[in-house]
Amino acid sequence: MPAQMPDAIDPSRAAGRRAVLELTVNNHPGVMSHVCGLFARRAYNVEGILCMPLPEGRLSRIWLLVNEEARLEQIIRQTMKLEDVVRVERHAADHEVFVHLEEFFGVALPSEGTAADN
Amino acid sequence: MHRKTGAEIIVGLLERQGVRALAGIPGGMNLPLYDALSHSQMIRHILARHEQGAGFIAQGMARISGRPEVCLATSGPGATNIITAVADAKLDSVPMVCITGQVPLGMIGTDAFQEVDTYGMTIPITKHNFLVRSAAELLEVMPEAFRIAWSGRPGPVLVDVPKDVQNQMVEFDAWPEPGRPDRAPEFDHADLQRAAAMINAAQRPLFYLGGGAIQANAGGVATRLAEKAGIPAVMTLMGLGAIPSSHPRSLGMLGMHAARHTNLALEECDLLIAAGVRFDDRATGRLAQFCPKAKIIHIDIDLSEIDKLRIAQIGIIGNVCDVFRALFPLVDALPRTEWLERIEELRRTHPMVMPGSDDPSTPYGLIRLAASLLDEEAIITTDVGQHQMWTAQAYPHRRPRRWLTSGGLGTMGFGLPAAIGASFAAPGRTVVSFSGDGSIMMNLQELATAVEEGANVKVIVMNNNTLGLVRQQQDLFYGQRVFASRFRNRVDFVRIAEGFGMRAYDLADCADPADLLERAFHEPGPCLVHAPIDAAETVYPMVPPGAANRDMIGGETHACANA
Repeated sequence: MPAQMPDAIDPSRAAGRRAVLELTVNNHPGVMSHVCGLFARRAYNVEGILCMPLPEGRLSRIWLLVNEEARLEQIIRQTMKLEDVVRVERHAADHEVFVHLEEFFGVALPSEGTAADN
Repeated sequence: MHRKTGAEIIVGLLERQGVRALAGIPGGMNLPLYDALSHSQMIRHILARHEQGAGFIAQGMARISGRPEVCLATSGPGATNIITAVADAKLDSVPMVCITGQVPLGMIGTDAFQEVDTYGMTIPITKHNFLVRSAAELLEVMPEAFRIAWSGRPGPVLVDVPKDVQNQMVEFDAWPEPGRPDRAPEFDHADLQRAAAMINAAQRPLFYLGGGAIQANAGGVATRLAEKAGIPAVMTLMGLGAIPSSHPRSLGMLGMHAARHTNLALEECDLLIAAGVRFDDRATGRLAQFCPKAKIIHIDIDLSEIDKLRIAQIGIIGNVCDVFRALFPLVDALPRTEWLERIEELRRTHPMVMPGSDDPSTPYGLIRLAASLLDEEAIITTDVGQHQMWTAQAYPHRRPRRWLTSGGLGTMGFGLPAAIGASFAAPGRTVVSFSGDGSIMMNLQELATAVEEGANVKVIVMNNNTLGLVRQQQDLFYGQRVFASRFRNRVDFVRIAEGFGMRAYDLADCADPADLLERAFHEPGPCLVHAPIDAAETVYPMVPPGAANRDMIGGETHACANA
């Protein structure tokens, strides 16, 4: 785990323990809504989300950074029931996919040009 | 080579799927589909008077047939109107395919006339949904919709079809195969062995049977298991009829309005065999105090139900009927005399008290009288409220799939359209819908549909001019501040029915209620029976919302109250 990682992202130093979910899903409009809607409806917080199509384009991969709670197994089972979800894998919080995102999230927005200043 | 429009493809695939009746209402964005439907020689269209009615007619058919049935609505308000029936199907796991019209593809997202995001709105209340972007896609989507609605734990699937997709012409080589349910999951036989050992070792086991047992047609094998192993059974509202009410092993419905002895038996059981149930709060009361001494074997076709609310010592993922059949030879034939004697003692000391059950002017008496005039083939639907709970308690549930009620969503307005649907799925059978004056108003317009279709539906409206279950809760839990639950205007339901062209009977001041009901039931076609009841009537026992099931209000016998 890189030492310079900011607290907000570093799962090992964040308030609660984190887990990373890797979803393989059908690539069509609406899949993100199904997945995000499920987590929202069942009141399970998603801390981070990444989604890109897989090379051949038929499938996409969704990475979710979530809190490690007792209900995680239940939400995984609910996710597996979605028709467009092909596979769900669970990884430890130190999975590298979110680790390299720090530079995009580590710095607060420059105050210049923000709505608050206008 | 076939050359068809999207609308013709939908109709062709519905015919090939075996759909012979469906319900809906036409509008601007599903008119191409209706035009294609007008050419069908096989499919009977039932014109509802409100899209929610159409949705519940389809549900009524599906709850009887066990297959996905179909409802149609146009875009915008058509879609928003049908949503309640879709959500209801989701919560009660009813297989249904709802096809909605949508504005043309190019106009989606422009706030066009009668445009709503039907796809987005129905994500959380469907098992799955589709927004179809080309006519060719329909060849895949339609069979998939039926497969999904019908497989595993059933549920509603919505297919949103833009108007231009309905009109689009496509060529294709061959019709796809109709959608069929996936095979039920294979369950683990090691788990089965462990479950059997646990059952054989239990001193005070109970079955807890729900809608999943009905869906799986597991009533017969559940009854034989209960007999063989000396295991009494409680049923959820959705599970009523799995084991006949009159069977010695039946303890009837559990939970908020259960008989006292039923909830008390659950307190004492050491093993709960939960099958096709989801530990709903109306059944369990305060969950932490539900069956405090029991280990749990949980059998369900839906993996996500296992351990959702109560951790099971053994979870078996499978069709309840398959699992019970496999379990049957492994379970020892045991008399369990001590436990069954204890159950009988509970029955004696804490009996179900139904005041007025000999008097047809009371709710219990009316239900018992109606039941005495109906055979085991009769289908009962209800709306939601006091009349629903009275009927659940007092009607002799004799067979599975004869009891249609809105369990999970608890939708007032369910009963009449569901009864119309049931009468199509089971022609020749008598369908009786118990309703209240609050509920019947919520889909009253479907009286017109019932008359138009000649549906063999008998609607019994228990009229206390009150939202009775609300009034009861205000009395019990809100300091008797009865507010907004008593109607000031009195509706003449007999004249209302007659205004729709429906036969109507009035039990007010009726000298011979049995004769009146007999005539109402035996003359074919729809009718309404007006049954005035006292607004002070209550449903007891009652577990206060959030309380443990042992903390029941009311329904004591005198002997018990002094104890």
